[in-house]
Parts: sequence; C-alpha cells; structure tokens
Amino acid sequence: MELSAKKTFIEHFEQAPMYVAVLTFVGFGVGTVFGYLRDFMRAWGLEKRNVAQEREQQKDFVPLYQDFENFYTRNLYVRIRDNWNRPICSVPGPQFDLMERVTDDYNWTFRFTGRTIKNVINMGSYNYLGFAETDPNALKTVAKELQRYGTGICSTRQEMGTLDKHVELENLVAKFLGVEDAMVFGMGFATNSMNIPALVGKGCLILSDELNHTSLVLGARLSGATIRIFKHNNMQSLEKLLRDAIVYGQPRSRRAWRKIIILVEGIYSMEGSIVRLPEIVSLKNKYKAYLYLDEAHSIGAVGATGRGVVEYFGMNPNDVDVLMGTFTKSFGAAGGYIAGKKGLVDFLRTHSHSAVYATSMCPPVAEQIIRAMKCLMGLDGTTQGLQRVRQLGKNTRYFRRRLHEMGFIIYGNDDSPVVPLLLYMPGKIGAFARRMLEKNIGVVVVGFPATPITESRARFCVSAAHTREMLDTVLNALDELGDFLHLKYSRYSKSSHPELYEETRFEFED
Amino acid sequence: MDIKSMKNYLYWLYCQFELITCSYLMEPWEKVLFYTFNVSMLVMVAYTAYIFFPVHISTAFQFCLHLFGSQHENTVSVVK
Repeated sequence: MELSAKKTFIEHFEQAPMYVAVLTFVGFGVGTVFGYLRDFMRAWGLEKRNVAQEREQQKDFVPLYQDFENFYTRNLYVRIRDNWNRPICSVPGPQFDLMERVTDDYNWTFRFTGRTIKNVINMGSYNYLGFAETDPNALKTVAKELQRYGTGICSTRQEMGTLDKHVELENLVAKFLGVEDAMVFGMGFATNSMNIPALVGKGCLILSDELNHTSLVLGARLSGATIRIFKHNNMQSLEKLLRDAIVYGQPRSRRAWRKIIILVEGIYSMEGSIVRLPEIVSLKNKYKAYLYLDEAHSIGAVGATGRGVVEYFGMNPNDVDVLMGTFTKSFGAAGGYIAGKKGLVDFLRTHSHSAVYATSMCPPVAEQIIRAMKCLMGLDGTTQGLQRVRQLGKNTRYFRRRLHEMGFIIYGNDDSPVVPLLLYMPGKIGAFARRMLEKNIGVVVVGFPATPITESRARFCVSAAHTREMLDTVLNALDELGDFLHLKYSRYSKSSHPELYEETRFEFED
Repeated sequence: MDIKSMKNYLYWLYCQFELITCSYLMEPWEKVLFYTFNVSMLVMVAYTAYIFFPVHISTAFQFCLHLFGSQHENTVSVVK
C-alpha cells in the first residue's frame, strides 16, 4: 500500500433548516403564479410575444411548448438569463476579461456595449492545475508542433488520423496512470457516449450512480443494456442491486446477465463528493462485476501526485477495469482517454464508434497534454507539477475551511476542489451572481434542471493558479454577500467541537 | 445613529422579502401588482382582526366563566 493513502473520509451534506425549504417553495409558488399570468397575457395578445411558439398553421397540432420545462424556461429562467453564457475574451486562467452585456427588454435580447471588464477573478473554470496559461515559455513546444503539423487532422483514427503524436501521448498516459495501454479521443463527452456502447450491449446490466453525468447516461442508453440506478455513493443500495441481479438474472428469461458493469465518477461535479472506491472495488470483486470509473474531474486534481482517486485511496490501478478521464479539466486541453488492460484498449481501437467515425485529436492539443503530463510527472526536470498539485490541495483546504467557518452550507468531500455553496431560493440565484460580478468575481450558479428544485447552488472551482490574495478577496466578498443575502444557514459552524459536526466518518485500516 | 441603523435594518428586511418572494426578479408593473395584492390582503386581515378580536375574546372569557361557574353549582347541590 502507498504511504500517502487517506485515512479518513469526511463528507458533508448538511440539510438546511425547515423554514428555508418552505420559503423556497413560496418563491417558486409566486414565480409560477406570475408565470401563468404572463402566459395568459401572451396568449391573449396583451403582451408582445418573445417566446418560441408554433406557426399559425400548426396551432391545431399537438402543442410543442406546453410542458413544464418550457414553462419554466420562458417564465423563470429568462428572468435571470444574464448570469449564463457570458462571453469571455481572454484565456480562462485565474483571472479573465469579460465582454460587457446589457439588456433592454429584461433578458430577451442582449447587446454588447463594446467595453471589456478586465481581470475578473475566475471561480468557475475547471482550471484545477492552472495549465490554461498563455506564457510563451510554457507553450514553446506547442507552438513548435503547431508549425510542424498545422491544426487539422482531416481524418479518423482508423483511416489516416493516427499520428506519432497520438502514439506518444497514449504511451505517456499509460505510464502516468500505471496501466498497460490507453487510447485518446478528440472529445471528452464523446469518449463516454461512444465507448460505453462498444463495451456493453443488450443482455448486459449497467448499475449507474444516481448523479452520473449526462455523457455516461447517454452512453448507457445508447448501448441498449438494462440500466438500474443506485443511490448516490450508497454502498448498501449498490450491493442490494448486485445481489438482486445475480439472484434473479434477466427480467423474463431469468438467464444470467452477460456482463454487469458499475458506472461511477471520481468526483461528482455538482456535489463535490468523491466516490467510495475501496468499497466499490471490494463489492465488484465479490460479485464479479466490472467497474468503469470516469475521472473527468479527479484526474490531476486529487491524489498525492495528481494521479486521481485511485492514488487518493492508495489502490492499485489494476483494480479498476476501465479508467476513463478527460483532458479538459486539469490539463488545459480538450479530449478524453480510456485506459486499462491492453486487450481492452485494442478492442476499443477496432470497435469504438469514436475511433471509426470521429476525427482524432489535433496535434497542438496533443502536445499541450504531453507537456502538461510531463510537467506533472516531473519528466521536464522541474518540480513544477508536484508544486501545482500541492498548491491545489492547499487552496482547496483553505477555501473550504474558511467557508465552513463563515457558516455557509457547503457540500462534498473536504479534499475535492469543486465547492458547491447552497443558495436554495430562486431569487437569490440571480442576486448572488450579479452582485459577485459587480465585485469583479465571476461565479457559476446552477439552478433547477441540473440540481434538485430546492437545492440551487453556486459552484466554485478552486485552481492551483489562484493566489492567496485572490482567494481572500473572494472570501471577503462572500462574507459580505452572505450577510446581505442571509446565506449562512449552517447550524454547525466549525468550532472547537468537531463532534457537533454533521459528517460521515470512515476510518480505514492500513 | 439608532434611526440610521434602524433604517438599514428595515431596508435589509425589505431586501430579504424581495429575494424570498422572487419580486426581485419581477418587472416593475408585476411588482406593483404583487405589492398591491399583498398590501390589500394585509389590510383586510388587520381590519377583520380589529373588528372581531374584542368580540371573540369576551365570548371566550364568558364561556370559560360559565364552564367553571356551572360546575361549582352542581357539586354544591349534590352534597346538599
């Protein structure tokens, strides 16, 4: 076992006081009532219609825009729409420049004033290790490869699109993760959605976590296998499903399942929770299932040397059957990889939809990943990679500790760089994002379809490139805003009484 | 200074009301409609309370008195 294995597993999912849930529903109630009023006025021509609607000739057909989602979009989402899709005009490093946008008709249309808001602190980009940079020294090799290969590949992997850069990158990824072989793809989302159908098919069973990302859900649905959902990170629920699957087999024929595969993520990006990998591996070994681990947010971000949750728990990479990850988050590039045994990767080279039909990764992007990975592994002769990982860990712990002390409700594991701060009420989502922008801090707020209806949140992504001063600026702004908007709902402010803390603690024998 | 801090506190309370009931997100004419409705509801409730509160209290008081009074009468008559 590695020396750096984690001993305790502390996650928080504190529930807000009851009045918060009641008031959230009051807010949604008022919003819904006014939504109906506005729909009525639009239908009777008392108000100009800016919404999508059917043509005159289609009025007698089945209505297209009457379901709840469209109602919610045009009556609640549009009111606070200015907090999303903000165009930026610089590299999304620790600070970025924003194009200023104003609206004249309450967010139905926007226009640019031409001004740029400079040096907005970036708390929303997935720039965990700070590799999204424009420093010419750092990008020397990338510029050289750009001049050598150009930008386009103009082919798929199986035709003429495999370059020596891809082979070099795949060998490096395999070495980084400690597995036999790896394959890289041009797009992270497509890695999941195009490769799961190649691995499982009809007659197989997929056990997928409740809060899995859309790419995993889409891949699972495209495969045609039976999908069963277990409660988020809940090992009892997973074990019950496994036992039922083995005892009862397929639904009507009662035959054994051809394959049982468990889909989990390393870090869940909306909750900030880390998967309970040791328990899942022991369950999978006991019941002879396969494990597919999506390390999109955790590769590079957790673990003593940035090798993901497998290293974080001190486990052997051979315990996980399919290791998947993306290069978008910690490596400042684009694309994804699947790694594991050589037989698995060779199978995917011939059978994956992405390999056959999708364009492969372009060479400068591959070079960016190679240089970032070499930096992380220390192969470029400096300790910069390790310093970045340590800095990220320090920043994460500091940020989370300060937020807990201030009294906000934060979800997730103490070591995860994704920090969701709960806002709950729909009115506060808009107010929070706008006021933070006024203070020159850019945050991402998330509301209903992506989260449960009563748990809207602001999601912060801590980066290794953030300095202590930037984090302090953000924390002071949050303190002020928390008092003004009354967001400090935590009843368990961190004090000298850790036993009053609502948490789940697991101690591992090692 | 007390007046100023009182005013700030009231403004803060008003902001909380706006945020909780989503009237922060409403256009001005919707706000007018919403506040008119709320204020009229409050005025009606206050008026009803003003009219009926004394009557209800005195009726309840009399009922309690009657309950205790008649009980006393009954026990005395049985013993006699």
